Amino acid sequence: MSFDVDIAKTVRSERRSFELRVRFRSDAKRTVIYGPSGAGKSLTLQALAGLLRPDHGRIMVDAELLFDSDAGVDVPARERRVGYLFQDYALFPHLSVRQNIAFGLHRGWRNPSRQAGGEAVERWLRAFELEDMAAQRISELSGGQRQRTALARALVNSPRALLLDEPFSALDPELRERMRNELDELLTRIDVPIVMITHDPEDLVWFGERSFYLHDGAITERQASASAEAA
Amino acid sequence: MESAWIPLALSLKVAGWSTAINLVLGVAAGFVLARWRFPGRELLDAVLTLPMVLPPTVLGYYLLVVIGKRGWLGGWLYETFGINLIFTWQGAVIAAAIVAFPLVFKSARAAFEGVDPQLEQAARVLGLREAAILFRVTLPMAWRGILAGVLLAFARALGEFGATLMVAGSIPGRTQTLSIAVYEAVQAGQDSTANLLVLVTSVTCIVVLLAAGRLVPGRVASER
Repeated sequence: MSFDVDIAKTVRSERRSFELRVRFRSDAKRTVIYGPSGAGKSLTLQALAGLLRPDHGRIMVDAELLFDSDAGVDVPARERRVGYLFQDYALFPHLSVRQNIAFGLHRGWRNPSRQAGGEAVERWLRAFELEDMAAQRISELSGGQRQRTALARALVNSPRALLLDEPFSALDPELRERMRNELDELLTRIDVPIVMITHDPEDLVWFGERSFYLHDGAITERQASASAEAA
Repeated sequence: MESAWIPLALSLKVAGWSTAINLVLGVAAGFVLARWRFPGRELLDAVLTLPMVLPPTVLGYYLLVVIGKRGWLGGWLYETFGINLIFTWQGAVIAAAIVAFPLVFKSARAAFEGVDPQLEQAARVLGLREAAILFRVTLPMAWRGILAGVLLAFARALGEFGATLMVAGSIPGRTQTLSIAVYEAVQAGQDSTANLLVLVTSVTCIVVLLAAGRLVPGRVASER
């Protein structure tokens, strides 16, 4: 698995103009992009997923060209086969846990039924110990259960990579520590490469096999020792 | 006694058809204005909201100018298809639809704007096409707000008077809706008929408003 990213994007709002210039290459299983809020981390992740169109540049994942402004290539988000864990999970509140997890397996105009099943759905319900709450609505879940549901929903499609947007910032400190442990274990088990963005130096220690520092739209690589220093 | 049921049936027919039209056009317009960015967007919003604030007689006059036999649309319809809308129940449907349109359009726009765009992004990453996202995420999240507006529009169409009278007139059994029948009954001094018509109208509107009130808060749907 490798990421080869070289993109530029100018975002204008009424009050300011923000220049994002991100260039990195990583073949690590775990890549962390670390930086303060407002540095352009989310924009970078959205560009990888195909949710944000860069002004120019190119994005390659595993030697497959996903975006290239010169060649006119822009693979739509739905065809990029990447999993995305949103900061506040973006679970569908009108669907049950089971329907949320089965969501990406059904591509038609109707949501999966309340009994939606299949091997993949059952496997992830089991793996995340969500079987008992499979029929519940999202509003009835705890923070940790929500995160596990969101992860299961992303993984059920067998993505080739998982993009994680500040995965622990929505959790209280005690739960944060536990979920880091859980995610760490899980990633070792399922063998899906990740790109994580975070402003928490602790995440670098846990997941920063390869780390980059993003500040004010510009990116630099961090050495392994630098992550310890940040922590 | 029987004289009350004919205008009631006609009113329900006119309000029903006009609501069906608004359900399609109002929701579509609400979606476009909530999601698309284009110059003149707020001006278009103002124009589409105009029927809510203009006097119904002014709307009726506009309608006569447009769909009357000498109007540009009405003239074309008459010469090409032999269709005449003035003094017909179909004309009443158009009048009621336009008067009630902003109620559907406004609630649909607000409902669509209330849907978290991140949910749609999540669906995109999960492999869905835009049309599937509309039916599986956006509409399910917005339908309560839309339905509340639709019910209000139905109630408004049921009570339409001014524009309808100008466009469709007051032909008993054909274009004389409840609200117009009340006016005619009072003018003719038929108090018992007027009482009955007023009672029927009030009860119908209360039922519709109660139904709308139950849907507005959106307690479940808005929870993230």
